Amino acid sequence: MSDGEHRLADPDRPWMMRTYAGHSNPRRSNELYRRNLAKGQTGLSIAFDLPTQTGYDSDHELARGEVGKVGVPISHRGDMAALLDGIPLREMNTSMTINATAAWLLALYIVAAEEQGVGEDALQGTTQNDIIKEYLSRGTYAFPPKPSMRLIADMVAYTVEQVPRWNPINVCSYHLQEAGATPVQEIAYSMSNAIAVLDAVRERVPQDLMGRVFGRISFFVNAGVRFIEEHAKLRAMAELWDEIGRDRYDVEDPRHRRFRYGVQVNSLGLTEAQPENNVQRIVLEALAVTLGRNARARAIQLPAWNEALGLPRPWDQQWSLRIQQILAYETDLLEYADVFEGSRVMDALVAELADGARAEMAIVEEHGGAVEAVPYMKAALVDSHRERVRRIESGDQPVVGINRFTETEPSPLTADAEGGILVVDPAVEAEQIAELERWRGERDQAAVEDALLELARVARRGDENIMPATIAAARAGATTGEWAQTLRAVFGDYRAPTGVTDALAGGGDEELAELRTEVDRVSDALGRRLKFLVGKPGLDGHSNGAEQIAVRARDVGMDVVYEGIRLTPSQIAASALQEGVHVIGLSILSGSHPHLIPAVTEALRDAGVDAPVVVGGIIPEADWPALRAAGVAALYTPTDFDLNRMMRDIVELVAAETGIAAKSL
Amino acid sequence: MAGARAALFGHVTGRRVTPARPAPSGAELGARLRERDLTAAPAVLNLVENRAPGGREEVAALLSEVSPAALEGEPSAHIVGVTGPPGAGKSSLLSELVGAWRAQDRSVAVLTVDPTSKRSGGALLGDRARIAFDPSDRKVFIRSTAAGGQLGGLAPATRAAAQALATAFDVVVIETVGVGQSETDVADVADTVAVVVQPGSGDVLQFLKAGIMEVPDVLVVNKADLGQVAVSAERDLRSALRALDAPDTEVISVSCLPPPRGIEELIAALDTHRERTDLSERRLQARRAHALADFAAEHGERGLRSLGGRREAERWLGAADPGLDVPTLTRALEERAMEDA
Repeated sequence: MSDGEHRLADPDRPWMMRTYAGHSNPRRSNELYRRNLAKGQTGLSIAFDLPTQTGYDSDHELARGEVGKVGVPISHRGDMAALLDGIPLREMNTSMTINATAAWLLALYIVAAEEQGVGEDALQGTTQNDIIKEYLSRGTYAFPPKPSMRLIADMVAYTVEQVPRWNPINVCSYHLQEAGATPVQEIAYSMSNAIAVLDAVRERVPQDLMGRVFGRISFFVNAGVRFIEEHAKLRAMAELWDEIGRDRYDVEDPRHRRFRYGVQVNSLGLTEAQPENNVQRIVLEALAVTLGRNARARAIQLPAWNEALGLPRPWDQQWSLRIQQILAYETDLLEYADVFEGSRVMDALVAELADGARAEMAIVEEHGGAVEAVPYMKAALVDSHRERVRRIESGDQPVVGINRFTETEPSPLTADAEGGILVVDPAVEAEQIAELERWRGERDQAAVEDALLELARVARRGDENIMPATIAAARAGATTGEWAQTLRAVFGDYRAPTGVTDALAGGGDEELAELRTEVDRVSDALGRRLKFLVGKPGLDGHSNGAEQIAVRARDVGMDVVYEGIRLTPSQIAASALQEGVHVIGLSILSGSHPHLIPAVTEALRDAGVDAPVVVGGIIPEADWPALRAAGVAALYTPTDFDLNRMMRDIVELVAAETGIAAKSL
Repeated sequence: MAGARAALFGHVTGRRVTPARPAPSGAELGARLRERDLTAAPAVLNLVENRAPGGREEVAALLSEVSPAALEGEPSAHIVGVTGPPGAGKSSLLSELVGAWRAQDRSVAVLTVDPTSKRSGGALLGDRARIAFDPSDRKVFIRSTAAGGQLGGLAPATRAAAQALATAFDVVVIETVGVGQSETDVADVADTVAVVVQPGSGDVLQFLKAGIMEVPDVLVVNKADLGQVAVSAERDLRSALRALDAPDTEVISVSCLPPPRGIEELIAALDTHRERTDLSERRLQARRAHALADFAAEHGERGLRSLGGRREAERWLGAADPGLDVPTLTRALEERAMEDA
């Protein structure tokens, strides 16, 4: 384009339009995909359920209540074939939100394509495969950091030659923002994560391949409602990425240094109160990633208006797809050159963010790189998130419907019996388990065992690529749980840092001081300090909420036991008993509460613990009576953003339970 | 309520679904420990942590039930102190040790002491997260305690808890953070003290050389998987020990990354140390130190001055009847302080 040419000769082609989807079982998810494609969606985005993401089969103890909830369960090549039935994989571009078990799910995808007669060299798509952000935010890791980085490096090395149109890793800044990252942190930590991956790959591929490797790394970003700054963030990322490619990895071809990203816009800012407002938020966030041509998304998936309430239905997802289609096909967005070029405001914003990110990246580098800096970054995110929560509580950060303009008419959108969300049939878990048993019974068991032995051998050797043995195991009929268990046996299990013990002590405002006095008073009456167990049962790794509760409880003077994510009901009960806690708080966002909460209260009763239980999470109102019947004393949903109020309730609850005289606060 | 929809289900009105069980008495708990009833452990900890009026008498009753006089000998457990600077990997090491002890069918109680937030008085207790155990295994007990303002030292209740649990468990571990005061305090309570060192950080070595820190019973070089830096750490510690004329202190290298290494050797070293130790003498010293610490916690520097200072108090305790339990010794110190006042 020459100077002065503001109109493009030919309008740009629209970005790839996806919907993050999958639930219940492969067959029902396949029906959903076909319907979505018929509506004009141009790529697939597969949501896997938590057992699949963390490497467990549907019949594992930790999978109870989670099968088919936040995505589709995929255990073996039969499941993958059913999921993709009738979808031409030669043409399709598929994004898989899969990390710890990415090598395995890619192998299943390759084998499913093989069965369709499509070679792996023709496949196009993306595996998310960013493990560092799993330790930092999302929590679906399976193995310790070092072997996990090796799996990623192996996948990159394999795909760059064998599956050349595949993006083996989507470095995620998305989840960092969900965990509370400021724009500077989001840029810096995702760039640092990408560097850690590239450094690991550099040891496993010849130097002359590094340009192509660099060119295959894509990003998965977030966009919040402050859409001007968010757009500047993307431009800053493009600038830094180019710089890193040139200076750190000697990538000469500028096309290889281009910043390529897909996006899912912000879910953190979506509200449960007046949920229809989320539509406006989503539209503005979509503008952040499309408005400027020089930093426009390659692929977009938009959340649904009701994600703070529960799982979206197909109609809710269609509404979000239509937002994309109106932007791309009705507006004039794609007809112009970059609309921000030459803007003083934009240039200054970009420079500000890029400079901030460079400084923060230097700190991560001083810690020895992103893998070593996980505890530092985690604690920094917990602190930022706490600051965000504080600003919303104090009203410094207005959120319409939450701390401003809260008066509302009843919403007809949530008026139906199920509250306007998708409810997964609880029978799917048993069906899926029966199906899995049938699969295990009919396959060639000896071939599976041989394939897993070979996988273990390769895993133990650091210098062999894991992918061929993984693909062979997929072909032989091994399951997700078997693949992951084989690697767990070699690599070991892992618990990530919780970030809370390193979080700074909270500020000294009056409300906190008042609460501390009350905690001290009740503690004195109890004879020892009020002790609070914060537990995350099940496989849900979204720990930000639980972390904020834990830190605030500490700040008001409680002794807080927090063990991180992925606990079984019996582990929680054992901790509650041994630690002698006065109250227990459980956090669940995955929709598995109907099973897990009663399982925990029962385990507590069996252990002889009579401390009261409170629950926080995405809990539809229809489920409240059952939880109450299970013995839950109080329930908090995303509407309850006032943590101090919650702390007050908890202190009051303990006082009432133990017969300590109430004192009005 | 902030959110109109938040649901509190009636408990705040004071209605209970089930009546609260009364807490068992100190004497009752002591008797259960003597019968090696491990399920008494949670209630024992709730009791010793209780600082309400009346709590102290109950603790005294508990401790006299499990005193050497009542037991006709020392409690049989091996009390092991594990300490070291932050980041040395103590919790991961404990996780491996607990697994190895359980493989030998020894019951294990772990008392972890976490730092307390000075500003709020509250604490985040995260150590148990790193210790893997089977929740259905009744022979493992883990309790985290906030240090409760004791600078680097032991939580007030930890000494009493260790002493009581030693009656019922095979191994009692006390884990503390820090270098300096903390391992001195742990040495007052434990039969064997292991200091965990992270290769590449020289603080333990410097503290040893400077005499700031007493020579521990066992030195553990963690993260042996780091290779050369771990090898040099081990070599430096050995040469320092030779220079300090402490050749009996074992230096063990371990790795907690799979496959773990050195754990069996470490357990053997801990066991060997205990066999070589005059246990009744060490436990006697522990009780005397415990009594003095309890006295100081209650009466402060002023109380110590009225005993003629810490040294004088230690001298007096050294001459006291070796059969006395801690509460009796503490009371004796208090009576003496009153006389002199």
